[in-house]
Parts: sequence; C-alpha cells; structure tokens
Amino acid sequence: MIDLHWLYILAGAMFAAFALSSARDGTNPRRWGNAAFWGLIALSFWFGDLFGDLGNGVLVLALVGLAGVHLLGKGSQPSTSTEERQRLSDRLGNKLFLPALVIPLVAFVGTLLFNYTSLKGLGLIEPKSVTLVLLGVGMLVALLYCYAWLRPPASAPVEEGRRLIDSIGWAVVLPQMLASLGTVFAAAGVGTTIGSMAGAIIPSGSIFLGVLLYAFGMVIFTMIMGNAFAAFPVMAAAIGVPILIQADGGNPAVVGAVGMLAGFCGTLMTPMAANFNIVPAALLELKNQYGVIKAQIPTAIPLLIANIAILYVAGFHL
Amino acid sequence: MIHYWPLLGIALVVIGFALRFNPLLVVAVSAIATGLLGGLDFLKVLGTLGKGFNDNRYVSIIYLVLPVIGLLERYGLQQRARTMIVGLRGATTGRLLIGYLAFRQVMAALGLVAVGGHAQMVRPLVAPMAEAAAEKEHGELDEATGDRIKAMAAATDNVGVFFGEDIFLAIASILLIQGSLASFGIELTPFQLSVWAIPSAICAFLIHGGRLLLLDRQLKRARR
Repeated sequence: MIDLHWLYILAGAMFAAFALSSARDGTNPRRWGNAAFWGLIALSFWFGDLFGDLGNGVLVLALVGLAGVHLLGKGSQPSTSTEERQRLSDRLGNKLFLPALVIPLVAFVGTLLFNYTSLKGLGLIEPKSVTLVLLGVGMLVALLYCYAWLRPPASAPVEEGRRLIDSIGWAVVLPQMLASLGTVFAAAGVGTTIGSMAGAIIPSGSIFLGVLLYAFGMVIFTMIMGNAFAAFPVMAAAIGVPILIQADGGNPAVVGAVGMLAGFCGTLMTPMAANFNIVPAALLELKNQYGVIKAQIPTAIPLLIANIAILYVAGFHL
Repeated sequence: MIHYWPLLGIALVVIGFALRFNPLLVVAVSAIATGLLGGLDFLKVLGTLGKGFNDNRYVSIIYLVLPVIGLLERYGLQQRARTMIVGLRGATTGRLLIGYLAFRQVMAALGLVAVGGHAQMVRPLVAPMAEAAAEKEHGELDEATGDRIKAMAAATDNVGVFFGEDIFLAIASILLIQGSLASFGIELTPFQLSVWAIPSAICAFLIHGGRLLLLDRQLKRARR
C-alpha cells in the first residue's frame, strides 16, 4: 500500500539533491550552511523514524542553530535571463501551461476516482494520505512530461528547485516546527489551561455573550496554536457543549460547524499558521514577511462578524 | 489545579514574532520554556519537540512540486501567464482573483483541496496573471503595489480553500467536529455539519470578492 513513507523517501532524495547542489554553488557565500540545512532535512525524511525522539530533538536544534545564526544564504547562479524567458515563452506558447496543470489535474482526477469508484477498496493507496500521494504522482508525471518535451539538462529540475527553496530559506521548516511546538504545548497542558480560563468567564445567562466568548475563544486560541483543529476540542469542551448546546439549547450542528469556521478567521490572521501565511510571503518574494496576513485581516474581521451572526441567528433562532 | 506558568511560552512567541527575531529560534525557545515551566525535564522537552517534528513531516511534502515549477519558470511560464492575461479583454486584477476565489471554493467544496495552493498555482500562475492584469490597465507597477497584488493573490487562495473545504463531507475538520461532539454524546452526521458551512462560504465570497473589486478601484485611483 502506498503511504506517506514513499513520499518521505522521494522528498528525502530531493532535499539530498538540493544539499549537494548547494555545496557546489560557488556563487553562494554561505553554501555550506545551506548544504547542511537541506542535508539535515533529507536525513529527517529518510531516517527520522530511526533516530528516536531525542535524536530528532537534536536534529531540530541543529536546524534552529543554523538558521538562528544566519548561516543560510542565496546563490546568484545563472539560470535563464528574463529576456531569454520571454523568448522561450513566445516560442513554446500556451503549451507551457500543460505540465503546470498536470499536478492539479492528477489531484482532481485521482481524488474523484478514489472517492467515487471502487478504487478505495483495492487498498492501493492509504486513504488518509490520498491527497499527498496524488500530489507526488502529479509531480512525477509533470517532471517526466517536461523531460520528454523540453529536454532540459538532467540537473535542471534540481537547480531550479533549489533556486526556489533557497528563496524560501529557513521558513521551509517553520510549519513543521510550529506543529511540534503545538505538541509541546499540549504536553505542558496549555490547552487545558486556556480552556478552563475561558470556561471560568461564565457568561451570565446571556446567549449572545456566550456566542461572543465562544467565537473569540476560537479565534484567539487558533491564532496562538496556528490551527483551528487544536482549538476546537478545547473550546467545545469549555463553552460550546456545556454552555451553548446544553444550557442554552443551541443547535449543535451550527455550534460545531460555524465555531470551527470562526477559528478559520483566526488562521487568516496569525503568523503561527506559517504554511498559509509566512511561506507564501517568502515564495512570492514579498518584502514584508507579514504581507499575506496584512492582506487577509480586512477579510477576516468582517467574516468573523458574519460568522458570529450566523452562530447567533441560525444556532438559536431558527 | 491549573498551571498558569506554561502560558509564558505563548507570551514569548508573541514577543519574539513582534520583535522579528528569527521565527525558528523563537519557536524553539518558546517550546523549551513552555515544556520546562510545564514541569517536564529538559530531555523530555527535547524528545517531545523531536517527536512532534518527525510526526509532522507530511506538512513539508508540498515542496515536492518546486523542481517542476522552477523548471517551467526557466522556460518562461510566468511570462506566458502574463502574456495570456494581456491578451484577454476585460481582465482586471480584481475580476481575475474573484474568478480564482470561486474556482478554489467550488473545488474545495468537492473535496479537491489540492487543486490550487501557493507553490503549485499562486506563484507560477495566479500571482503573475494578477500583476499582468494590473499592468495592462495601469502601466508599470511600483514594488509596493506589486507586492500588494501578490499578497492579495495568496490571500485569495487561503480564503477560498478555508471557506470551501468544510462543505465537503469527508474533510478532516468536519470529522474532527463530529468526533469532538460525539465524545459528549452529541451524535451528528457529516452532512448536518457541512450544510452549515454553506452560509459562511457565501459570506466569505461576498466579503473577499467585494474587497477585490475595491482593489480594482484603488488601483485605478492610484494612477490618476
């Protein structure tokens, strides 16, 4: 059965190639830092399960150390120039879109086939990992397509991939780091503390105040943890179930679904949701690393108000 | 007995991010401080951090698309995306992004969350198209305006997927809601929950879509 470990082997190979290519890049003054950083990530993908918890902890500290003392740099290796790209683009035309669309297309067709045919029963792909496995398959198909059609130098995908990964830099591991921070928070009891604090501010019989507290609790806790999934069980246990559903008689489906979506408004406003908010800023080479969050706040706040209104009206008055 | 000390770790994160220290360093320091204050010994904290890192490797799988995207950029993909938009009459930044917002929401509602995303769609296609549409209407953009449009393209992707995916029955967050409520004896079907994601999805489209139209007007005004 194809599961995440297949992808980890592939990703490990990619990062190992990035490490080697970084080490050979004479135009990057900090090439050894980059090589070590990508090399450690390759090791984590390949052998993470063998290192044990403590070994992985040391690996994390090494990554943090490399980034913390600014040992990562960027090369100025010659790829194609803007003029050359314009020329190539004019020559190749709209066919250039095809390989780029192969990845979403494989995801599209693959998900449909998996969810709506008997493919699920065959046990070919582990159901939990379907989305990511299809992403990997799409990437391989697109890569083969590019090799067959464009005939680039064999090392070009590695060189170009490294150009992009270098522009993201240390932010590459930030989402994973934040997820492990969440694990530590949970182990130290942060979630239960926040839940009991929220639960202790008992809204005095006012349904509207209860709704407000629940929604803001979701938003704030989501902003702290970087993800609404961590916030939901805590806020549901503290306010959602005992106060809104059991004491005030709210519609449980609304309290559950819209509560989660109120949390998503928080996800739009926090740097802790790094894969949605910080990595894209690096990927798009924005000057301000908080640029994406800045663009999202004016959507998130009115949307939160809308969600509170939906919670209140649909949850208690329909 | 409630322990308030571990909350200091949250304060460290907030301060560290606000002062713009390296975020990896901030997170590591906060994790260690939180763990120690929560009564774990150092090696236990380090082990927990390491286990969390290892268990969450899947969030970094997305970078697998970078070699393909980079390779296509070498052959002029971004330039092609721009050329196509310039040839499209009536395409403005706002309208283009509204189209993408709708596309992303509908796809996510069908369970197709991987159709889209920052590495595979926004950087190579959506962002250059949005910029090109603005340049076509308003001429060369300064860096701040360019960054603002690119940031809006990324924001549109996020809003679209967040406020589309919960309409799909089998998405992780719906299953999490169902599971959490079931532990209190409240039994709901995924369908009952996902129906209630629809009003929020409509609000998200109207609010963010409205902002995108406003962006068009602001771009126009800035030019005069």
